[in-house]
This record gives sequence, C-alpha cells and structure tokens, in this order.
Amino acid sequence: MPSNKSVSDAPIIQFTDCRILREHKLQREDLWVRDGKILDPEKLFFDEQGYADCRLDCGGAIVAPGFIDVQINGGYGVDFSQPCEDVSAGVSLVAKKILEHGVTSFCPTLVTSPPAVYHQVLPQINVHNGGPDGAGVLGFHLEGPFISSEKRGAHPERFLRTFRSGGSDDLMETYGSLDNVAMVTLAPELPHSQSVVSTLRQKGVTVSLGHSVANLSQAEDAVRHGASFITHLFNAMLPFHHRDPGIVGLLTSDQIPAGRTVFYGMIADGIHTNPAALRIAHRAHPSGLVLVTDAITAMGLPPGRHTLGQQVVQIQGLHAYVAGTKTLSGSIATMDMCVRHFKQAADLVLLDDGLRVRTTYISGEEVWRAEL
Amino acid sequence: MRLVILDDYELASEWAAKYIRNRIVEFKPSADRYFTLGLPTGSTPYGCYQKLIEFHRSGDLSFKYVKTFNMDEYVGLPRVHPESYHSYMWNNFFKHIDIDPANAHILDGNAENLEAECNAYEQKIAAAGGIELFVGGIGPDGHIAFNEPGSSLVSRTRVKTLAKDTIVANARFFGNDLSKVPTMALTVGVGTVMDAKEVMILITGAHKAFALYKAIEEGVNHMWTVSAFQQHPHTIFVCDEDATLELRVKTVKYFKGLMHVHNRLVDPKMSLDDSYW
Repeated sequence: MPSNKSVSDAPIIQFTDCRILREHKLQREDLWVRDGKILDPEKLFFDEQGYADCRLDCGGAIVAPGFIDVQINGGYGVDFSQPCEDVSAGVSLVAKKILEHGVTSFCPTLVTSPPAVYHQVLPQINVHNGGPDGAGVLGFHLEGPFISSEKRGAHPERFLRTFRSGGSDDLMETYGSLDNVAMVTLAPELPHSQSVVSTLRQKGVTVSLGHSVANLSQAEDAVRHGASFITHLFNAMLPFHHRDPGIVGLLTSDQIPAGRTVFYGMIADGIHTNPAALRIAHRAHPSGLVLVTDAITAMGLPPGRHTLGQQVVQIQGLHAYVAGTKTLSGSIATMDMCVRHFKQAADLVLLDDGLRVRTTYISGEEVWRAEL
Repeated sequence: MRLVILDDYELASEWAAKYIRNRIVEFKPSADRYFTLGLPTGSTPYGCYQKLIEFHRSGDLSFKYVKTFNMDEYVGLPRVHPESYHSYMWNNFFKHIDIDPANAHILDGNAENLEAECNAYEQKIAAAGGIELFVGGIGPDGHIAFNEPGSSLVSRTRVKTLAKDTIVANARFFGNDLSKVPTMALTVGVGTVMDAKEVMILITGAHKAFALYKAIEEGVNHMWTVSAFQQHPHTIFVCDEDATLELRVKTVKYFKGLMHVHNRLVDPKMSLDDSYW
C-alpha cells in the first residue's frame, strides 16, 4: 500500500520481521525509512495517513545502525599515512571493503608524519556521504605528531612535535589545513596545549587525548578546554593508579563540565586490552564507550611484513608488532569482529544472532550483501 | 441479548475476535461498501486485538475495506504520550494490520474546538453509513466508553469529565499518580453506540462482575449506562466465568446452555455459506 505522497514523493520502505536496538534493548519492531531518514511510523499513520511503498523481509535479523569507525589507519594494502599519487583511490578501496564489516562511515586516520605528508594527503579527501561505492568519510583523524615521546608506541620519534609559543601556529604549519579534519589526538601535558584544544574545538574538530603521560588533572584541564574523546583507552597512556588515575580517571571524573560526555575509544580485538579491563571501563562509564578498530594496512591481508606510516610492521596471526620489537602497532581486527568480541553491547546493518554481518544499507539502499 | 460465557480471558478474547472476523468476512466488504467497526481500548480488549492480528497474519482477515471508529480519547494528553488512545491503537492494533490510515478514526483530544470535533465525529460516522458492529467494554462503575454514571442514555459524542472511580482505575497507567491522570475525555454517547446495527460488550474479570449484574439483571438506569443496551435489538455480552460471579445461577445456567448455538456464530464454516444455518 503506497503512501499518499502528501509530504514527500520518496518511497517509504518498511523493514519487517526484524529486531532493532531501541532504548538499549533489542526489540521486535519494524523499521521505516524514507529518503535516507528513519521515520516514526505512528506519526506517519496519524499525520500523513501514509504507509509502506515496499516491504523488506529481514528474516528475523537484527537491524543495527551502521558502524562508525573513528580510528582506522588503512587496510587491504592501503596505508593512509603513506603519501602517494592517488590517495583517494586508496581511501575509496578501503571505504568499499569495510562495507562488508558493517561500517558505513569512518575517519581515515593518519599517524605521526612529517608536515609534507599532511600537506599532500589532507586536501585530497573531502568529507562525503557514503553510498553504493563505499562508506562515508567523516573527515581525517590526525593521531599525532603532538604526542608524548614516552608513549609514542609505533609512531616514529623523529617526527614528534611540541607546541611552541602560539600553539595554533604549529597546528597550521604541521597540518596545512583543517578543512577535512574530524578529529585530532594530542597529549595534553605538552605546554601550550590548552589554547590549541580550544582552537580546535572552536573549529568543530573533536579533540582526543592519547599517546600521553598526562595525570588526571592535566586531562581534566584539557576536557575543560574542550577535549571530548580518549584515544584507545589504556593503550599509550599511564596505567590506572589508585592515587593518580591518569587519563583513565576521566571515565569517572567529577570535573567534567555539566552536559558534556567524555567518550573513549577501545580496540576490542582481544589483544590490545584484556577483556576484564574492557569490562571495567564499560561498567564505569557505559555510555562513553566507542569501539574502534585502529586497523592498519595489513587488515584483510595475509601475514608478513607491511608498512605503517614511516615504520615497518610484522604480522603474526592476529597480532601486529613494530618489526623487530614486541610493541603493538595497531590491530588487524575488523569492526564486526570487534563488535562480536565486545558481545553486548538510514545507515543500517543486518546481523544474525552470531552478530555476523548479512547486509549493509546506506540511506536505505542496500550496498553490500553476504554471499550465503 | 446474547450472553456468551467462556471459561477464561483467553477464550473470551478468542470468541470475540472470531465473531468480529466472521462478521467482516460475511459482509464481504469492498471499495464501494466498507465494514464499519466501533472499537474500544483498555486491558479487556487487548487479547481480542491480539487474536485479530493473528487472523490477519495467517491470511484469514483483511482490514483493507474496514473503517474503524474508536469510542474515546483523553483531552489534553499529547497524541504521542504512551497512554493516549492513539498510541494504544497504533501499538496494539493498527501497526500490525493492513488498514488504510485514512479509515482509522479516533477523536482528537487536542483539537482547538472540542465541541466541533465531537460534532464532526458524529458526521463522519453518518457519512460512513453508520456502524455495523460497535465493540465496547464496561467500567467498574458500569459505564460504556466514558459515559459516566448520570450520562444521558440518549447522549451523543461530547466532552465528559471523568468520575473519581474512572480516574482511580486509570491511575495504574500513569505510574499510580492520580495527579497525572487526565480528568476529561471526548467520548461517543450512549445514543451513538445504540445507533449501531449490533453491539458487542466484552467483560472479563471479577472486578467487573458487579457492573455486569447491574447492567443485565437490574433495570435500565443512567447510573449504569451499559444497561441501556437492554433496549438494543442486537447486543452480545462476551464474558469469562469471573465476570459472572454476581449473576443469578439461573441466568448463568440458561446462557451456558445456549453455548452450542453461540459457538455456531464463530464457526469458520459460517463465513462461507450463511444459508447453511
């Protein structure tokens, strides 16, 4: 039965026989979409007197919002931090492939690199919506170079930087332009970081704390200035200590300004964090948890040696190390693997009970389907 | 009247739903001739709605050519409030069936001019050719819809202030906070329901037993407005054992003895060839 088209000519799609995540529970409800937006069917019924133009039987699957990956360094042989002729081809390849994992939007992540790389890469990719060709790009996530030397992890030491007097001057000198940037990870203990945090916030860029040896008060100060995210909690920061919880303490800090939430990324690949630590973080601050893959070039590729930014890494099984060391260097888990591992917990993903992705939709249009 | 007594709530709901199904199917509604159905809300008809949805899902019943008119709606409660009768009907019935939204009529308790809204509703019913079957319930104070004790037995659709009994009974839907329960409602009148070709009243539970007794074993009285249907040519009361607890044994035995006749009314065969009986 078609809609009466009193509000819009766009067809109304009704996803039936599915379970949707609503009010933090899986409920058996139909999902209605028009023009890439989710509709309130009750409003549709009484206000517009409309109903579905076409029905899609989901066969009992779970309909989940499309996954958003805010920390992904590359995959399938593509390394976003490796400057090359055609950056957009690499981003497009990854964007297309990650549809299979249910990811419908992502932030291509650049690790610490020399200014030349940022100047070359950043202008080549614009923020854009997803579609049949691939997941949407929300903007770059610039992880570094304003990070702590001690907690640099796999980032190359020679390209680390500090803020000299103005702070913002260093930003523009290093990155060139912030137009296509969605998020910046920095270490708040670096002198003059406060004004940088405020500046980034004003420009609409999310500031994330990470790769840092900050104590809790330095972290809280950064949050007061506008920081709202923590990069891969527990990794590349001081461990939680009961007399100085460090950045981890932000999860339960009472110094967070009213109305604001501190979100924290976690790599739930079973390697970067012990599941017990994952649970502690979740129980302390469930509404702030964000799953990220922090996937690197090798994601989707067979074991061996690959490049990550200016470094070389070694893949062994599901582990990725800086070649010749035991320092973890990003993960090769896919987003749906992370979701399964975490086990709880217009852009939609159809999952079966094992949380395996069956079909991916962007704006109500099917963009990927699993072979059965 | 027919007094149809089933053992429990589930069986009573099923009987009522089958009866509605049969009436619609026999009527053979079409684009030129819609079946008009009057509908109630509340916990009593919930089981009946569930059964009707089941019949629809199994392909036995379509609401494509059915027009519905609900009995009532609270005044001043936002339509999206989970306790509004719009929400009740959407969640418990409309969203599961194939009714055309334009044919689902419910009074608008947030209308600018409530009196005009009520008059317009009466006109809509008339324009639809009157109600074939009006399904209703009974309040513990014997009211039909929101026609509280003292309502005229020839009343039409209008605004009513709710009686204390009704507000107390409804408090459970508003977190047991009496101050949150709406105090006024728009309701079809007793006369409006009497105009229907057939009336079916669902009554289940021991707490309704006294009201049922007053409605059918005592006289017609505006203090127990359901009693008005003693003067309707085609009334069916569908109830469970518990609802009959205040009736005379003689009444109950008589009507239970007629169950073999009553059950023919819900027999699927009836829908195929009504000349059989």
